[in-house]
Order: sequence, then C-alpha cells, then structure tokens
Amino acid sequence: MGVADDASPTGELELSGRALEAAMIGEALGDAGLSLSDVDGVAHANSSVALAEYLGIHPRYTDSTHTGGSSYEIHVEHAAAAINAGLCDVVVGVYASTPRSDRTRRRVPMGGRPMMGPNPAVEWELPFGLRMPMGPYAMAATRHMYQYGTTSEQLAQIAVSTRQWAAMNPKARYRDPITVEDVLASPLQSTPLHLLDCCLVTDGAGAFVMTSAERARDLAKPPVFVLGAGTCHDHAMISEMPDLTVTPGAVSGANAFAMAGVKPQDVDVLMGYDSFTITALLHLEDLGFCAKGEGGPFVEDGKTGPGGSLPMNTNGGGLSYTHPGMYGMFLLVEAVRQLRGECGARQVDGAEVAVAHGSGMVLSCMSTIVLGTEATL
Amino acid sequence: MSEAGERPRRLEPPVTDTSEPFWEATRRRRLLMQWCVDCGHAVFFPRDVCPRCLGSRLEWRPSAGTGSVHTYTVEHNPQNPNLTAPYTIALIDLDDGVRMMSNVVGCPPDEVRVGMRVAVTWEELSDGRNLPLFEPAGPTPGASSPSVV
Repeated sequence: MGVADDASPTGELELSGRALEAAMIGEALGDAGLSLSDVDGVAHANSSVALAEYLGIHPRYTDSTHTGGSSYEIHVEHAAAAINAGLCDVVVGVYASTPRSDRTRRRVPMGGRPMMGPNPAVEWELPFGLRMPMGPYAMAATRHMYQYGTTSEQLAQIAVSTRQWAAMNPKARYRDPITVEDVLASPLQSTPLHLLDCCLVTDGAGAFVMTSAERARDLAKPPVFVLGAGTCHDHAMISEMPDLTVTPGAVSGANAFAMAGVKPQDVDVLMGYDSFTITALLHLEDLGFCAKGEGGPFVEDGKTGPGGSLPMNTNGGGLSYTHPGMYGMFLLVEAVRQLRGECGARQVDGAEVAVAHGSGMVLSCMSTIVLGTEATL
Repeated sequence: MSEAGERPRRLEPPVTDTSEPFWEATRRRRLLMQWCVDCGHAVFFPRDVCPRCLGSRLEWRPSAGTGSVHTYTVEHNPQNPNLTAPYTIALIDLDDGVRMMSNVVGCPPDEVRVGMRVAVTWEELSDGRNLPLFEPAGPTPGASSPSVV
C-alpha cells in the first residue's frame, strides 16, 4: 500500500479540488514506487468515472461507493476483493475536501453527489431543528449516559487523550494540551456535547494505492497487508437507528477480526473515526475493546493516549488533526504509517496490527479494516 | 405559530404522495399512523410497503398520541438562525410501537428526561398543516437522566 495525506495547522491548504486529488495520487504512487500508468482501478466517493477522465486513465475496476466518512474503508475492502479476484492489479483511491478555505476564499466547492432519491430526513427530522451532524450523535450520547451512567468527564477524556497525540503531529490543527475542565468549559452545542467534544472543520486530503501482496513485496516501501475487512449499516436517519447505544460496528468489527484471525487485544493501534467523542467511545465497545456500556470507565485513565495500553487516533484524530467532512481516508493513512514505523515522535513501538474503523453519516455505516505487517501473515 | 406574512421559523416539511394522508389529518390536529394489514405492525415513517413483510396493504389509523422520551438533545447553537435556542429535540417512543423525532415543548429544556411521559400537541405551519410536537403528560415513572455540565 502507498499512502499520502495533507492538512495544515492553519486548517487550510493551497490546492483544492481535482488539483489536490491529483497531488495526493501522485504522492501515494510515489510512496508505493508505482506510476499512473500502472493504475487500472479507481475509487472515489463522488465519481470514480469523472476522476479517471481527469487523470486520463481507463480503469477496468471502478468504485463510487458513497457511505459518508466510512467510504474509504469500504473502498479498501472492495479493492482487496477485486485484486484477489483478478479484476485489476493496482487501485488508487483519493479524497480531497477544503471546506475551510472554500469559505474564506469564497470558492465554489467541487460539486457533491446529488442526493440519490428522496431524503426522508427533510420531512421527518430537519423540521424539528435537528443540527446536522451533531444532533444525532448527541442523542446517542444522552441515551448512553442514561443506560450506562457515562459522564461528560469520561467523554471529555477522549478529547484530552487525542489532543496529546496531536501535540506530536506537526500538521495537526490544534496541538496545545487541553484538560477535561477545558472540554467541559467549552460552549455547549447539542447537549451533552461541548464544542471540544466535536471534530474540526478543516481542509484535508489523502490517497491510497493498493496492489497484490505479491507485487507489493517488490515496491518502494515495506508492504502493509489487508488482513480482514467488514462492513455493516442499519439506518440513514438517527430516528431509525435500532439501538442508539449499539452501532453497526458491532457487526463490521466482528467480521473483520474473524477474517483477520486477530482479537482486539492483538491490536497495537486503533484508528477509530472520531467525529465526536461519543463516536470513538461507541467504537471501543462495539469493536470489543471493552464490554458494552463500559466505554466511559475504559477511557477514564487515559489509556488511549500516548503511553497508554490502547493507542487510539495517533495522528490527533478528527478532534485535533483534521476533519474535512469524510475523515475515513486519514484513518487508513495513519494506520499504514504506524505499521511502517514512519510516525516519528508519535510512533507506537513495534506496531504490527492496526485497525482503521470508519463511520459514515450518523453512526449509520461502519467499515472495519484490519491491517498488518509482513510478520502478522 | 406563524402569522400571515411572517417568514416561517421552521424548515417546513414537504408532502409526498405517500405522506399526504398524514399531513392532511394534521389540519384537523389528528395524528395518524400506518398499520400493516398483513402483519399488524405499526409503520413510521410513512411508506408504500411494510418494512417487515413488504406487504403493500397499509392502513391509516389514529395514533394514541402518547409516548415517552427515548432520548433527546438540547440545541444551543441551531443551524437554522430563525430558531430560538435552547430548544429540545427528542426521539419519542409512541405507545403505538413506533419511534418519531419531534420537539418537547411546554417545559424548560433542563426538565426534559429520558423516560418522561409526553402527549402530542400542535404547532401551526404556514399552509394550515400542523406539526406534531410533544409536551409533558402526567407523572414519569421513576426515570432519571444524567446531569449535563
């Protein structure tokens, strides 16, 4: 796998749109030791066809799957299956979004995908003043607190531990340490979520290149292997979520771990989508790092921060590194870099197994990718 | 409630062919739900087929209009600048057996609790339809909810 990503402490990037995507693809191909002429598969959450046209390539494998922030984990899952099935040899996936500089430079953003078919939320949720996407996550947090006694302090600790990682990432938007009290003192948004329980809005971009295990062994960097993958979704509107305390990650995670033949205790680095602190807490439970309802006490001692027993979101996460809207690409990039030992001050010693767990829309669609080094095969 | 000529405060819900009976009934302040004639389940949001058995015989019947708060959030920073914060958005478990999103009104946001019993009340929309909201109704059985800092 070759990877690339970009973000900056200002929250803004110079390039945008296809130019930024092309730059990321170029970097990721360089990282892998491949060139554009090797690429015969593309993945893009809006249109893989328009992207291929822009690049002037004619792929024989294409994936335009759009599930929000988990799209990129699903792109990896599909690409691994396609390469295994002999449909293609080299797949490139890319994401770029610049919501912050679009605003300050009054740029017209690259067209998003028009809503496919009717969106019942316009009729049954948005009239009630539901703030998107915070409101749905806040409702999940309220319910978790009610059922399990989870506290605002426990949620805040996730933001605190994640910020400690961000301090070691020179590209992170926020690097100054924060305390639980800082999180609780930040303005309430949708209760019980405070501002510092919420992810950033920043420019950011990334790309990955995947090929067969056989070919990867001859490329520029030590290969990272897809050991397992799983996906599950169960609702699009929060009012249709069967149980607001259990995400479809309970299914995607179990399936990915089973395919990989690893257990949560084998995981050296967890990259768990942190759109909000509650999102990360639900992943810890649903992926089996702790029992359902015990996420609060689990994170309380800071074990997901530097020096802790479960390094989580070592790039500083969506909470402190970058969050351009669909963050799943950055989970994959950091997981790969950790497994190659490229993370400098924030490197987790001897990382052999990493998990990238993407969450799309409003806890709707989860996709789990288990990655490992050569030693894990 | 909006008066003539005033800009609607809310995003007003569109009406689809499927949901028209629901919205027409709100003009008379009646809350209707769909029931599947084949498998007997209550269905919400309105559909053309039952999401459990794919049967297409769905019947509109009056809802009890009562239920309890399953979860909620108090919005302090609304996306819609016409709305006055703070206000409460909740998922209501209706006694009919379905869950719907609405606002809890008629009590301060900090008095809303998970488990609180609620009953439907109405807010007039600009076209004469009414939006179903919920207000506290009677004693709440021993429910507690976390305090929010």
